Amino acid sequence: MDSKIAMDLTALTIDQIRDLLASRKATALELTEAHFARIEQKDKDVRAYLSLCSERAREQARNIDRKVAAGEPLGLLAGVPVAVKDVILARGTRATCASRILENYVAPYDATAVRRLEEAGAIILGKTNCDEFAMGSSTENSGFYPTHNPNDLTRVPGGSSGGSAAAVAANLAIVSLGSDTGGSIRQPAALCGIAGMMGTYGRVSRFGLVAFASSLDHIGPFGRSVRDVARVLQVIAGRDPKDSTSADIPVPDYVQALDAGAPGLKVGVPSEYFKGLNPETGDNIQKGIDLFGKLGCSVVPISLPHTDYAIACYYIICTAEASSNLARYDGVRYGFRSPEHDDLRDMYKKTRDRGFGPEVKRRIMLGTHVLSSGYYDAYYLKAQKVRTLITRDFLEAFDDVDVIVTPTSPLPAFKIGEKVDDPLQMYLADIYTVTASLAGIPGISVPCGRTKCEPHLPVGMQLLAKHFDEARLLQVAQAFEKAGGFEVA
Amino acid sequence: MSVATEVRTKYEAVIGLEVHVQLLTQSKLFCSCSTRFGDPPNSNVCPVCLGLPGALPVLNRDAVTMAMKAAMALNCAINTRSRFARKNYFYPDLPKGYQISQYDEPLSQDGWIEIEANGARRRIGITRVHLEEDAGKSLHEGFPDSERKSYIDLNRSGVPLIEIVSEPDLRTSEESYDYLTRLKTLMLYLEVSNCNMEEGSLRCDANVSVRHAGASEFGTKTEVKNLNSFRFLQKALEYEIERQIEIVESGGTIEQETRLWDSREQRTYGMRSKEFAHDYRYFPEPDLLPLIITEDWKDEVRRSLPELPEARRQRFISEYALPEYDAAQLTASKILANYFEEVAKASGEPKLAANWVLSELLYLLKEANKEITDSPVSAASLAELLALLSKGTVSGKMAKEILAEMFRAGKRAAEVMSAQGLEQINDAEKIAAMVREIMAGNPKQVEQYRKGKTATLGWFVGQVMKATRGQANPQLVQDVLKRELG
Repeated sequence: MDSKIAMDLTALTIDQIRDLLASRKATALELTEAHFARIEQKDKDVRAYLSLCSERAREQARNIDRKVAAGEPLGLLAGVPVAVKDVILARGTRATCASRILENYVAPYDATAVRRLEEAGAIILGKTNCDEFAMGSSTENSGFYPTHNPNDLTRVPGGSSGGSAAAVAANLAIVSLGSDTGGSIRQPAALCGIAGMMGTYGRVSRFGLVAFASSLDHIGPFGRSVRDVARVLQVIAGRDPKDSTSADIPVPDYVQALDAGAPGLKVGVPSEYFKGLNPETGDNIQKGIDLFGKLGCSVVPISLPHTDYAIACYYIICTAEASSNLARYDGVRYGFRSPEHDDLRDMYKKTRDRGFGPEVKRRIMLGTHVLSSGYYDAYYLKAQKVRTLITRDFLEAFDDVDVIVTPTSPLPAFKIGEKVDDPLQMYLADIYTVTASLAGIPGISVPCGRTKCEPHLPVGMQLLAKHFDEARLLQVAQAFEKAGGFEVA
Repeated sequence: MSVATEVRTKYEAVIGLEVHVQLLTQSKLFCSCSTRFGDPPNSNVCPVCLGLPGALPVLNRDAVTMAMKAAMALNCAINTRSRFARKNYFYPDLPKGYQISQYDEPLSQDGWIEIEANGARRRIGITRVHLEEDAGKSLHEGFPDSERKSYIDLNRSGVPLIEIVSEPDLRTSEESYDYLTRLKTLMLYLEVSNCNMEEGSLRCDANVSVRHAGASEFGTKTEVKNLNSFRFLQKALEYEIERQIEIVESGGTIEQETRLWDSREQRTYGMRSKEFAHDYRYFPEPDLLPLIITEDWKDEVRRSLPELPEARRQRFISEYALPEYDAAQLTASKILANYFEEVAKASGEPKLAANWVLSELLYLLKEANKEITDSPVSAASLAELLALLSKGTVSGKMAKEILAEMFRAGKRAAEVMSAQGLEQINDAEKIAAMVREIMAGNPKQVEQYRKGKTATLGWFVGQVMKATRGQANPQLVQDVLKRELG
């Protein structure tokens, strides 16, 4: 196979793959090999992947090809090469969570989302880099190496799902799974110039997602088109008896709803999300908003008054939960254990000191503090109250509007190393995304053109909808994409 | 340690108990692993109860139902909405680094149980009954490398427990003993736990303080752990109460701390003082939804409650006319009460049944070191014997012998009797012949009787019984003797 064809096979949509397989113009194995070839060639620069599961991928590809040959019905994602963030488990493959503490940990079972992908015929190519335990906004907190933004290799891909975003942006996978706790899908999607979606909390099972902050964690898809994102969400969404917080609400046909356009819809623009915004980003978002007017939507200003408290509220809740969720990495049963230690306490201390990176330790300490006796009411309990107020802001807004439009990130991709020494600046990268996480509403980031100045970095626009209104969100995003929104200039 | 009685009486102890009861569910609280005891270490485990990355808890409905039964039997109010919380601490046998328990929103609260203290009945408040998962077990002995290593068995990790917290209403070690006994009886009646202390399915911690008798303020309390038998509970409380009195008497202050009972040394010793007390950093468990108990569910559980010890005791008194004491004894165990009722119904002789179960059968069981469940004499079998006794077919003395043999050989009354020729002699002619024979052989005694020394009659009865190896109907023997001697 020559490299030109290999190139083509990595730049496809899910629908194109379905057609290629159906018309026998390509096999699933060829698609898989084309991706591995491109990974081999490109990933030494991008470093999106932490590990590849080539055997598992080829076996699945051969399964699909056998089904094609036998004329058996194919799953919704048959032959689609997928990358999976390393915090999501795939049986028999390493799940390091980009942490030294789990460097050699092999997952003994599949996450529900991974199982559903494979049952639908998807081919898992490998596990992608991220910030350690999904804590970060640049993928620089990986315990192994940073991932580079395919649009400019000197810049970060965003985070924490930077590997999954970069893989899709660099055609190292057709689609991918990420996890989003405070923006970890939407922000890297924006910085890499692709689409990334977080469904309603409870829409996609968290079973097999290594927990960072349980009440905020989501699994969601990245894709180069809204349609691809919709197709993946279709497969992974829905009630899972293994996750008590997964919603027992039917999953509508997202793809069928896609092409209804957006005329007559009401789009809300919250004034709070345009403060301190990078001017170039602001220009692009404004053009995106104008496009909604042309699509027949009415654009109205709205207010989400508690937005200012979101970052503080988010970092209290997520660190509190993280301090508890990460307690299990103690060197007793699995993962890294410090080889030298005096006694049990010393073993705990040295294991966790050496196993965790600085950002993880910072969050564990913050979280331990906000839950400790005497501080719980002032921090954790207060943050839960603020969370309720932020949710109420959204519910009230959605009484009036169908979707809310905001920038995804206050600024485009920054330079690798630029913010690593300033954690607070890094936390502020999540300023527009944490609110939806706290409220549990669905959000999608779609490309919204590129910055005017060199090196013309991608800008992302965030669309938000009310709980379980993913179909509406996708429909609006699709209308935006169709109208050229991804390339506004 | 011992404190003089006159000193002791100046003080009053205040005791509250925290009792953990393991529920008899098939599977664990948050996964489908078996709860079976005694399986090879780490054989009943899965990603959830091993605390592996990415695993999530799913609540076992049966455990909730059992906990509700216990709470209702303890007269607690069931909360329509309760919530699980994480109790965070590091320990090698706690795989997640937190225990899923309940904290500020427990399953149930505000109940009571009646105990008996100095012959009077008294209500002890139940603060709350909540659900939680058990931790694993650290094994420090019995493995090849036990000198250098501790081993962890996680079979118990995630097994459902209820924690029953009492108000500080108990005043003596005896009351505490009675409280725990009644709690155990209740759980056994409800069939929600086997309450086996050796296997750890019933565990007890005590909060103890002392104060001057009549004072209304509480003293500083200590928490005493490791009370793994009823005897330890009583001894440890005695010890701890006296220890505290001695400190207060000598002008010292009690330190708030956790103390462990050492059964070998028969004393408690400090384990952790307040400064080193754990900060458990409780917060609501985000992996589980709030637990909502519908009215229907409550009703369903309430309807499924069996007759409880107190109700049964009262019914035994009214229905079977049993003395208070017998009724209390019989209802102290559900199995014993069931056994008794079966005997009573089958024999139609409830009073006789109560006597024979409480004295003869329990004696034989105790001698043989057996439980009522292993009794070689079934209730039906005992009822047959008692029916024979009440008809006069056998004498009381014979019945005892027959029962002993039934117990020994596992045979029914009729089998024992025919094997030993133990049937009672009720043939008046046969007895008269025997009487005449004895009279002929003992003219002196006959003369004494006829001169008015009627007490000699007893001697004659004895002779007849001896001659018949006790098989003669004693009443008939007396009648015949009086007639023949008269």
